[in-house]
Amino acid sequence: MSGFVVELRNAGLPVSLTENLDAMQAIKHIPIEDRDAFKYALATTLVKNEQHWKAFETVFEVYFSMRGPGYSVTENEDGEIDEDSLEEWMSQQMKGMGGRGSGEDMSPEEIAEMLYRALMNGDEAMMAAMARAAVTQFAGMEPGRPVGGTYYLYRTLRNLDLDGMLERMMEEAGEKSESDLTTLQERLEREEFQNRIDDLKKEIEAEIRRRLVADRGVEAMAKTLKKPLPEDVDFMHASREEMASIRKAIQPLTRKLAARLARKRKHKRRGPLDFRATVRQSLSYGGVPAEPRFRNPRPNKPELIVVADISGSVAAFARFTLHLVYALQNQFSKVRSFVFIDGIDEVTRMFQDEEDINNAVHRVNTEADVVWVDGHSDYGHAFGVFWEKFGHEISSKSTVMFLGDARNNYHATNAWVVKETAKKARSTFWLNPEPKSYWDTGDSVISEYSTHTDGVFECRNLRQLEGFVDHLA
Amino acid sequence: MGENNFDDLASVRAGLKSVNYLADEGIASVVFLAERLGKPILVEGPAGVGKTELAKSVAAMMNSRLIRLQCYEGLDEAKALYEWNYKKQLLRIQSDRGANAGNEDWADVQDDIFNDEFLLTRPLLEAITADDPVVLLIDEVDRVEIETEALLLEILSDYQVSIPELGTIKAKQIPLVFLTSNNTRELSEALKRRCLFLHIDYPDLDREKEIVLNRVDGIEDNLAEQVARVVRSIRQIELKKSPSVSETLDWARTLVLLGIDNIDIEVAKESLHILLKYQSDIEKARKELSIEG
Repeated sequence: MSGFVVELRNAGLPVSLTENLDAMQAIKHIPIEDRDAFKYALATTLVKNEQHWKAFETVFEVYFSMRGPGYSVTENEDGEIDEDSLEEWMSQQMKGMGGRGSGEDMSPEEIAEMLYRALMNGDEAMMAAMARAAVTQFAGMEPGRPVGGTYYLYRTLRNLDLDGMLERMMEEAGEKSESDLTTLQERLEREEFQNRIDDLKKEIEAEIRRRLVADRGVEAMAKTLKKPLPEDVDFMHASREEMASIRKAIQPLTRKLAARLARKRKHKRRGPLDFRATVRQSLSYGGVPAEPRFRNPRPNKPELIVVADISGSVAAFARFTLHLVYALQNQFSKVRSFVFIDGIDEVTRMFQDEEDINNAVHRVNTEADVVWVDGHSDYGHAFGVFWEKFGHEISSKSTVMFLGDARNNYHATNAWVVKETAKKARSTFWLNPEPKSYWDTGDSVISEYSTHTDGVFECRNLRQLEGFVDHLA
Repeated sequence: MGENNFDDLASVRAGLKSVNYLADEGIASVVFLAERLGKPILVEGPAGVGKTELAKSVAAMMNSRLIRLQCYEGLDEAKALYEWNYKKQLLRIQSDRGANAGNEDWADVQDDIFNDEFLLTRPLLEAITADDPVVLLIDEVDRVEIETEALLLEILSDYQVSIPELGTIKAKQIPLVFLTSNNTRELSEALKRRCLFLHIDYPDLDREKEIVLNRVDGIEDNLAEQVARVVRSIRQIELKKSPSVSETLDWARTLVLLGIDNIDIEVAKESLHILLKYQSDIEKARKELSIEG
């Protein structure tokens, strides 16, 4: 158990001592043979953030995957996993498979065919059995070979040709029904099959993981399977899935940002005496105005100006930036957004008009007039134009945020624009998506700009972005 | 609360089912554990997946009273915990004065006006002082400010309330506490640490179908299946607001009322506005459903 908690902490989950104790308490109440309940008992006490669920699940699967019904948790509470009995259990599993005649002696075609039938009928037990057979047959796992699970997964899936199978299932479903499928029905059928195939993939992945754990041991596996938590994922190298979860997390963050600024406003000095309210309040003291009431000060709405680099060198970050800008625009009443490469263009309207973020991003990428000469970043020129066209609109209420890596392709910096902006605006910040160690190397001129701003922040993942938001408060 | 409100996990599930709430394995486990460990449950998830409903169902299952505290921005002690009924106190002082003018003893008066009689209990205090078993629901806890959150901590960990004039009031029995959150902001670590965490997501196909069958009168198995499938399909589209379980139920009820037993494209298109609440979402879903195969 303690090994499990240590591994969770290694994966980045903040598990406190009390939570650990709670988990210990919790599993006492759970029937030990109920694996699902055991898992949920641990999850509910140890994982307090939905985004961490995936990391938890991975660690859990690695640690407790081998414990069949015959194992009791209490016996293993010291965290050690009994290697011998593991192997025994594995071989039993293998034998069971062989006994059913579905093990290694089946031809690939037979496996594929049986798998197809199982998928078609949605037979889960059969699917699980076939997943095992498929891994045995196709993955070609060699003990001790130091490759990750994804390699084996890829090999297995390549041999199964699941996409082809999906098409075949669709055809058969079409033949079965008397009339032609309507597009809606077709879509629903396809999704149902797709769902089953996804289940199968998960089953295969789990099977590979189980075998790898048996081969290499728990600690080694936990290490290789470790993935960064959503808040630690680097924007620049985020996969599509990770990007989606980052996007989800941005929403609350912008709300937090708005709340921070709003709170600052609320805590300000109280306004003038509110005579009416004071008299009303005094009634409860028998007409003695013991508790004077004040008007709330008129809140001054913060105005946000975002100037973002969307050039190729920060492409991945730019995508995130646009999402951030879009989210910000929903939270603040006055946001003006500008994007630039070597020319600069205002895109506020595009975000306002489009209900759908993807359309908005698409419009920015296609319609915004950001290329002046060659489409390589030129901060100097972009800033120059920015100042010329929009500089007079910056006021003492504005907060200006620059987003970019300040890689200027050795053009003139025009740093005076940032200086002048900072002079006029309430505050000026720069978010840089590059690791700090890269700053000012090569054509990066971040420090020429940064001296004029109120702060430059390395902003490569959600945690750092959150740090920035916290800093504002 | 007696130790044996629930015998085991299965009885929790059965109990919830008997009050028409279909719990999955995770929900049942957490409810069971909360009762055994005497800890509050923090329920998180998208709007309309049955977070509040869970608390209500648990209350119904245990035959206990549900005390609800709806959170909002600006909630304070006086609204959540307790308040002195100063008007009554004032009356009391004045009536005292009238009866034996001149010789009232200050200490007497003080003892007099700061006792239970003049205490207005608010939901949190009420839950703690209740003699009968209660379920306390603190709804949408993410709406209160971080500072107010701290107000809940004493109650959640020790089940007690400190009132300066009266001392500490301890719970007569430990109530089952549910906190719900739509995750509009991160809750504080201190609060999270004291709670069991439960994330409820949209149900999977089978469970959604069962929920529809359970909750909608007179629905055919076939239609329920179709409803669940269409809803799953719509949830896969990227929308501003995905259809929630309650909207699924509304939709199913409408279809039953209209006497429709088979969903084709026309029906789906015409009744989308029950599932989706934004015009842009409806248009998007229409497009997706009819064009894509």
